[in-house]
This record gives sequence, structure tokens and C-alpha cells, in this order.
Amino acid sequence: MDLKALYQDMIVEHSRHPRNFGKLDQPTHTMEGFNPLCGDRLTLYLNVNDDHVDEARFEGSGCAISMASASLMTESIKGRTIEEAETLYHSVHGMITGSTPVEDRGDVGKLQVLEGVKDYPSRVKCAGLCWHTLHGALSEPEQDHVTTE
Amino acid sequence: MKSGLPQNDPESAIKAWRKAFPILFLPVRGKRLAYLDNGATTQKPSTVIESLERYYGETNANVHRGVHDLSERATAAYEQARAGMADFIGASAPEEIIFTRGTTEAINLVAWSYGELLNPGDEVLISALEHHSNIVPWQMLRDRRGITLKVVPITREGDINPDDFSSALSEKTALVALAHVSNALGTVNPIADMIAQAHAQGAVVLIDGAQAVAHMPVEVQKLDCDFYAFSGHKMYGPTGIGVLYGKSSLLERMPPWQGGGDMIRTVEFERSTYAPPPYKFEAGTPHIAGAIGMGKAAEYIRQVGFAPIMEHETILLDYALQQLQSLEFIRLIGTPQVRSGAISFIVTDVHPHDVGTILDHHGVAIRAGHHCAMPVMQFYQVPATVRASFALYNNHEDVDQLIDSLQQVREMFG
Repeated sequence: MDLKALYQDMIVEHSRHPRNFGKLDQPTHTMEGFNPLCGDRLTLYLNVNDDHVDEARFEGSGCAISMASASLMTESIKGRTIEEAETLYHSVHGMITGSTPVEDRGDVGKLQVLEGVKDYPSRVKCAGLCWHTLHGALSEPEQDHVTTE
Repeated sequence: MKSGLPQNDPESAIKAWRKAFPILFLPVRGKRLAYLDNGATTQKPSTVIESLERYYGETNANVHRGVHDLSERATAAYEQARAGMADFIGASAPEEIIFTRGTTEAINLVAWSYGELLNPGDEVLISALEHHSNIVPWQMLRDRRGITLKVVPITREGDINPDDFSSALSEKTALVALAHVSNALGTVNPIADMIAQAHAQGAVVLIDGAQAVAHMPVEVQKLDCDFYAFSGHKMYGPTGIGVLYGKSSLLERMPPWQGGGDMIRTVEFERSTYAPPPYKFEAGTPHIAGAIGMGKAAEYIRQVGFAPIMEHETILLDYALQQLQSLEFIRLIGTPQVRSGAISFIVTDVHPHDVGTILDHHGVAIRAGHHCAMPVMQFYQVPATVRASFALYNNHEDVDQLIDSLQQVREMFG
């Protein structure tokens, strides 16, 4: 396995300069994600209006994989409908766990860079934390947190 | 005790030690393995591995209940292991050795059983560098029995301040539970002095020795601790087996914890009477093979000798510290006065989990995480650390491989 397949330049770059990092004023959705295994925490803020994700920002600290994944995710979901964002969640989840064959996955665009994680079982949750948090925010907004366990 | 490393050729002595551990010669991810995660678990020498196979292949039977030959032999081997452990830590009798699943279960045994003898308002004192297994059982006891749980702080260096410890003790202190060696920072606590101070206030003392017993000789009678808990798998033995040492006078007074077979004298539906210690605390069929393997591990350590082990590990720790400190992107977490076994650090601007994955690719096994010591991480305001932890079979090459791999981490993250 090539380490570069995991730490692609785009991942390293996004982890060092995460996009959409910080709080959102008056979000419609706030969800905290927690990975009890490593202690990583992430808070996701969304502005959802008329079924569309208008704004997405996040705060937290974690490894390069989790920071890059959250940065790329917030970029990718902006402008999408809730249904599209949920579809993307399922596609990415299938990709990083290796549970969905490529042909059944749907287009994930540049999120493809996260695929290398599937060869590192102990790191799948790092990439998945922000996505579980998104799924929680959209499907169970009455909850205030999700965990990866 | 044997003398230290052979002065003329220490390298060949260490080479010979390494030969006893077959796993060290298997490549990991195509690379030479530098196993520096000994604080999590140590590797096992052939004599321990073979003892398990021999037990299951030649002696397997249940203990303390068969009149047949195999059962008698299994019982003898199990009790011999108990006597061996008593000898290993300098207990006054084998009856003071209770086999448990590990350190965690040993501490829980004390919290549940001795805990029954405590009263609301009694204080249990722990320190801020404890492993979760020496925190959570006392929190549970607090919630069950209304005792008060007090925590002695640590200094920036990662030591327990002696004055803070002294002033935390009072006549209300019923029990003090302390790590002998911190798993997260490597701090060696001056437990002999701390035990004496606690006794002066009438408290009993439990020592969590999980990170100590593979690295230094432990003499429970000299230390005068009341309980001493440790695991087999961190001292070259099998997982799933550990020891609680307890002074006979205390074990006699303590109620049983788990009920079942082997811990009783008589059972009627109205009431049961219990076996004497240690059997009172060993309900059900024990991990017989594990106990035998742990006994073998103690024999192995004794055969190598603590003097050369300590000399070698001290040299190696100093070398690793010096090499790590020469890298400007490394920050040590904890610089205790006396250190054993472990070094915690962070790589500037790189999360420990990324460090762990990259090191793994270079054959270097370390622990990245909170080390089951979240309060220690909070104290240093880091989410996690990288921990390199050592055993007798580690050598300078392992340290060099670690240092080279850390350079690779720096290169990858610029």
C-alpha cells in the first residue's frame, strides 16, 4: 500500500487550510460529532432553507484525514438539496468503508480522494466522523450529538 | 540479583534476548518491525508461547475438582504459577495472590469488595495521572457508597507534587490508589514514601503496577502496600490474566465479589459459606493456561535479571530522549524526574493519529491516542499524544527507525 494513496496532496492541503472552518451565525442545524475512540470532536453548522443546504461550516480538531474530510464535505454539500446531501453521505460512506462497489456508488466528485482510507480500518472513522455528523443533522435534527460508536 | 549487562559486549546480550521473541523477526508492511508499543502489551517469548501449547496439549483439565490425574496435574501447575507470582513480587504467601483477568479486574475487585467496608464520607484518593482503570472504579464506588473521591494534581513536568499529596491526606482518607508508573507519561512515583505517608493517616494503599512489573523489581512486603495489581500481558505473559496481591489480613476481612463455583465452602439455598482467600475471590473456572503462562513470563524475567534489564532500558530511554529532543518539531509531553518505559510526545502541527499511520508504514509500532488517560491529555491541552514505550528486547536500531520515520512525517506534512 502506498502511503500517498492515503495522504494525497489535496488531503494534506485541506487539512492544513480547512475551508468553511468556524461558527455559523444563526444556523438552522447544529450537530456535534464525537469519536470516543480517539477523542476527536467536531461541530457542524448548517443553514438549510427551502430544502437546500445554503451554508455549511464546521469547528473542531482532529487528524489530517478528519479535517480534510470535513473541509471537503462542507464544500461539496453547499447548494445541494437535503436528499442530494444524504445520497452523497451514503456514497461516501460506501466508498470509505469499501462496502459499496464502485459502479453502485454514484459520482462523488473530488471526494474520491478519500477512497484511500478504505485500506486503513483504524482510520475509516476519522474520515467518516463529519459525514455521520451531517447524516445526524439532516435525519435526526432533534438530537444534539452523534458518535461513531 | 545478577549483575548488569556484560561490559565487554552488551550488544550480543541484547541480540540473544531478542531471539527469544519470534514475532520480532516477522516483517510488518514489508519492513523490519520496531515494536515500541510495549505499554499497551509486550511481545511473548517462546517459553511462554510453548507453555500455553503444552498445557492445552498435555495437561488440560479443570482445577480443584477432579480426582483424576490430569486435573491433579492442572491444579498443581496452576498453584505453582500462583506460588511463582508470590515469589516474583515478594509476597509472604501464595494465598495473597488472586488471579484476575488483568489489572483492571484487580482494581475493580478491590473497589467492589473492600469498597463494601467503606462508609459515606470516607475519602478515596487518586492522582491526576491515573489510567481510566484506576479512576472509573472509584467513581462507581462513590456513586454506590457515597464516598468522596479526591484527586491529587500533577505538575507541568508530570510528577505528583509531594506537598500536594501530603496535604490531600487526612484521617478521612480511607484508601489511596496510585499508579506505580504512569502509562501515559512514564512517571515513576515514589510510592514507598507515599505508602508510608498514607499509612500514617490510617489509609490502605492500592498500587496499580501494570507499567512497573516488567521494568523494575517489586517487593510488596518492603513497599508495605496493601494491594498491588498487575497484568500478565504487559510483562511478556498472555492476555486475560493478571494478579491482585492483597495482604492476608485484609483479604480475610473482605466480602467475596463474584459468586459461583470454586469460591464456596458449602452451599444451601438459605445461605452459603465461602472458601478462604484467595479462592473466595476466584469464582468460576479460572484462566488456567494464562496463569501458567504468566508464571513462565515471571520465570523468564527472573532468568534475564532485573539488573541488566534496567541498565539496558535506562540507556535506551536516554538515547531515545536525546534523539527526540534533537528534532526541533518534537515536543515532549511530560518530563518526569524519574522515568520508566514510556515517552509521550507530539509532532508540531501533525495529529498523533497521522503520525501513527505514517510510522506504521515504516514498520514502527507506537500508540497514538489518549492512552486511556483523558484527564492527563486535558491537563496538557492536547487531544492525544504519540507514545513510544520500551521493553527489554528494544535496541538502538528501533530508536533510529523511529527517528528516521519521524523525519518522514515531517517531510510529508511539510
